[in-house]
Order: sequence, then C-alpha cells, then structure tokens
Amino acid sequence: MAQRVSVNISRRNGASGGAESCPQCKQLLSAVELRDNYSVCPNCGNHFRLSARERVAMLADSGTWNEIAAGLRSADPLQFFDLRPYSERLEEAEYDTGLGEAMIVGSCRIHKMDAVLMVMDFSFMGGSMGSVVGEKFWRACEAAIENRYPLVAVCASGGARMQEGILSLLQMAKTTCAVELLSEVPVPFISILTHPTTGGVLASFATLADVIIAEPGALLSFSGPRVIEQTIKESLPDNFGLAESNLNHGQIDMIVPRSQLKDRLVQILGMLEGGVACALEPLWEEEAGRPGRRGPLAGALGRIKAFANAPWRSLKR
Amino acid sequence: MAELKRLPTLPGVHLKDEIAKITHRLRDLGLSRQVDKAVWDKVELARHAQRPYTLDYIHHMFPGFIELSGDRCFADDAAIVAGLAAYMGRTIMVIGHQKGRDLAARTRRNFGMPRPEGYRKAQRLMILADKFGIPVFTMIDTPGAFPGVAAEERGQAGAISAALLCMARLDVPTVAVIIGEGGSGGALALGLADRVLMLENSIYSVISPESCAAILWKDSSEAHLAAQTLRLTSSQVADLGAIDAVLPEPRGGAHRDHAGAAHIVKEVLEDNLRELEAIRPLDRKRERFAKFRRMGVWKENGLTLF
Ligand SMILES: [Zn+2]
Repeated sequence: MAQRVSVNISRRNGASGGAESCPQCKQLLSAVELRDNYSVCPNCGNHFRLSARERVAMLADSGTWNEIAAGLRSADPLQFFDLRPYSERLEEAEYDTGLGEAMIVGSCRIHKMDAVLMVMDFSFMGGSMGSVVGEKFWRACEAAIENRYPLVAVCASGGARMQEGILSLLQMAKTTCAVELLSEVPVPFISILTHPTTGGVLASFATLADVIIAEPGALLSFSGPRVIEQTIKESLPDNFGLAESNLNHGQIDMIVPRSQLKDRLVQILGMLEGGVACALEPLWEEEAGRPGRRGPLAGALGRIKAFANAPWRSLKR
Repeated sequence: MAELKRLPTLPGVHLKDEIAKITHRLRDLGLSRQVDKAVWDKVELARHAQRPYTLDYIHHMFPGFIELSGDRCFADDAAIVAGLAAYMGRTIMVIGHQKGRDLAARTRRNFGMPRPEGYRKAQRLMILADKFGIPVFTMIDTPGAFPGVAAEERGQAGAISAALLCMARLDVPTVAVIIGEGGSGGALALGLADRVLMLENSIYSVISPESCAAILWKDSSEAHLAAQTLRLTSSQVADLGAIDAVLPEPRGGAHRDHAGAAHIVKEVLEDNLRELEAIRPLDRKRERFAKFRRMGVWKENGLTLF
C-alpha cells in the first residue's frame, strides 16, 4: 500500500519536475510547499486535486487505515469498446493510479474516532461509478452498520461509468438502498464533496448524507456545464455549480477548507452522537414500567433500543 | 492476484501485453464496425412521435384518473404527471414522465425532461400513497432530467436522490414500466421499484447514444455504434439482469395500437400487483433491497461475480 502511494507521488513529481504552477493564480509552488499546505495553494487558496491515497493519509490517523474489498475489479460486463477496449482503459487506470477502482473503502480512526472511510479518486476514469464502486459502497455501509461506525464518503466523480451501460446507472439505486440501511440503524453518514462531483454520484449517495460538506471551489452539478450551455445556448454565470453557489441555494450544509476538514468532521460526528443520547430518554421511561408506545413510533423506539445496546461510537470517552 | 497486478509494471511483460491487446483490438474493431440496424430501429421506435405516452396509457387504463399537482414548494412540473386511479378493485398512485405530441404540448411538457419540482411532486405523492397503503405504478419515458441553470440551483441532483430514497423506503408495492425512453438518472428516479418491466421497443440507458458517441468516440455521428455498444434494448437490458421482464408490444409496435399496448400493460400490472400484495410489506422491502444489491457484475480476487 505504502509502495503505491510513493508510486503515485513520484509520478506527479516526475511530470512537473518537483514543482507545479497553480492553475488559478499561476504561482510556482514546490511539491514540499504544496504538501505541507494540504495541497492547497498558499497564495490563492486553490484546492488541488488529491489522490485517494493522499486523502486517506490526510484524514485517517496514521497507521489506522484498514482497507476492505480491495480485491474488487470490474468484470467488463458489456465487453465494451469504443475507440479502445474498456478493459484496456481499466488496466491503464490501474497502472497510472495504483488503484483497483475509482473508490477505496476501509475502516480507520479519525482523531481517535472509529469510522468507515470511503474515498473516490477522479484520476481513475474520472471517478466514474460502475459495478465495483457500487459494491464497494455497499460493503462500506455494511461495515459501518456492523461495527456501528459512522460513514464518511469523500466524493469526486464525473458520473456513471458509461462503459458498464445500464448496470452503472443502477448503481445509483443500489447505493441509495445502502444509505437507507444506514439510516435504519441509524449510523451517521457525512459526505464530503470535492472537485468535481457530478452526475449519478451527486444524484445518489453524495446528496443523501446526513450532513453534506463541500471543499471550496468544488464543481457540484448534476449536468455538466457544457451540456447546459449547449441546451440553453448561452454562457453560464462564472460561479455556476460551484460549492459557494450551492451553499447559497441551500443545497449543502457548509464549505470547509481542507486544513480544517478533519477537525470539523470529528466535531460533527461528536454532535450527532449527543443527539442519540436525548432520543434514548423515552425508552428509559418504558423500561421503568410505563406502557410501551404503539404505532410506528414504537418501531422507531425499538430500533433506537437495539442501537443503544451497540452504539456506533466504539470509542468510549 | 497481487502477483498478476504487478506484472504490468515489468516493462517486458507490459509490452507483450500491449501487443496482445492491439491484436484483440483490431479484431474487435473489425466486428464493431458492423452496425446492427435492428438496435437503432429500437432507439427510433422508443422515441417515435406516435408512441403512446403516460397520458395515453392513463386514458386507456384508468378512466376515473384524478390528477394531482404541484410540489408544494415552487411549481407544478408538467413533465411528470401524477394522480390517483381506481384499478381492479383498489386505488393506485400513477406517476409518469409525459412528453408532448405537438409543439405546444412539447414546450409545456419540456419534452418530458423534469425539473426538480417534478421529482419532488413524485416524491410527495409516493409518500401520500404510502400513508394510505396505495400501490405505486410509475411509467418511465424521458430523455433525461432537464439540464438547466435554474434546475441545478433548485437542486436537480438532490431531487433525484430524494426520489430514489423515497422509492426505496416505500412499504407499498411498486411497479415501474419503461414505456419509451429510459434516459439516465432522470428516468431511474421513478424506477427503484419491486418490479421493473420494459416494453419490447423501449430503451433503458445510462446516457443517450448521441452523448455517449460524442464523449467516447469524439463524434456524435457514431450514435448508432454507441447505441449498439451500450446494450440498451429491452432484451439486452434483461440479459444484464437490470430489469425483471420484457413486455411484448402489439404487432408492429405500440405506436400502431395504443389501446392494445395499454391492454398488455394493464394485464401485466394486475399480475404483478397481485403477486406483490401477497408478500408481507417487510419481506417485500427486503426483496427489493436484495434485488438492487445484486445489480452489477464484478470480479473479486479474480472470480467474476454477479
Ligand atoms: Zn494559487
């Protein structure tokens, strides 16, 4: 695993000779300078794209990452080929990124808090969602439910994986079902939308989280800007689809700069944990001999009761 | 497996690999150039201007249909029609995309491309149906959700995901029929159902063949080839396990005989609802989740799994 990270970083350095200029402000930045600042331009605040491994290294406490479902690979169910065979594109993506798919999932600790972390990588075929991404998401949810760990999903995606045809579209339905299973327990689900998160990923699990966080300047739109321009035949406003515009229109909860992301994540998870304690109070009354409630609410309370025996918080203060 | 993964990093092996791939590719390309005209015929039939739309099916299937409007939030989206209908001794909630047949209707219906309000109306009415134990029947026929600035600002992605989650949660039986164009997420938003059926000459695809050709072939005139490669016809989609059944159409296609097509859908809907109603709600939901969990094909440690 560590070997793959170094492959990835050396590839970046190799391409840019140890320094790259910020696409936004053109300032020349050394690799060290960038790395020490969370891959954010110290001059203009532009958030550079992170690889999935870099993201894990940033969010997970060091040495706690335990990847699951790492052996999953696309089976190319359509034997798809356009100008090149899909199988060849997959091999190339795996070779370039050191990843088996556009998403890695695993358990880890985030500031000592147990969590299931799921990270997408835009460099792997545009972070597109096919059968493997859907299955990995499902397994991440299962792990979260089993261990009562919260789920954190870092999203970056161009949408569905066209090369898997209708099966990739149906991953939207599959991941949605998985989110519903999370909320039945419930375990908290936080999504972090990074540049860019669009299409089928945005229109499924990414926007179904309990709390939606975005990175500054991330493009978040269902349809791509070019598609919209072609449809309405006029140019788009400069801030179209950006995280800031999404916040103004009420589509996300907050924008958090990368340097504060880990702290904010743990704060929110801690707060959600506090809410569960309040919800448990009526149950104690029931246990004290008062008549149990009837109707759907009783079912809901029953769920909370089951949950009380195995809280998702495994880290006791 | 790990061994195999490392193989491409060895320069010699990688090269040999490349040679094998190129050989395959040449052969594949030779095959792929043979465009199967039958596939494009289906695409054209699915989009046929005389093909029955949701309101045509409603007209033939549900005489006492009462339309319900609005998302209670912003607008009523005419690209999605919804309402209550009496059907074989029960009430059902009917929800479907609606294209328009003439220019005025097309404009009003936005060519069957819903805005967030359409999905929110659908969601509101599915929750209403669930409250009263009314089964939900959806008809899918859209090129896709509308791509527009205002639609994005009002949360197109969130409206679709919320509709999907709503369908996943329903305790009542749900049946979806793809009656024409099942285009992308805008179609799927009404398609997370206990039973998903497809009319013979309808299509169901992650992206339109035109857009797919433009992106992958860098040439939108390769749409015929893209359509064939995407496997979007009813029988191909059924082979991939993405739907539950294909419904035959009247001789010559649904566009020749609206009443005949509606009759087929009506019969099949009754069969499916009766089967679903015999299952306990919790089991029905469990089966729904198990079905969508199985969607997809992948390899795990070298083994292909469905
Ligand atoms: Zn900069």
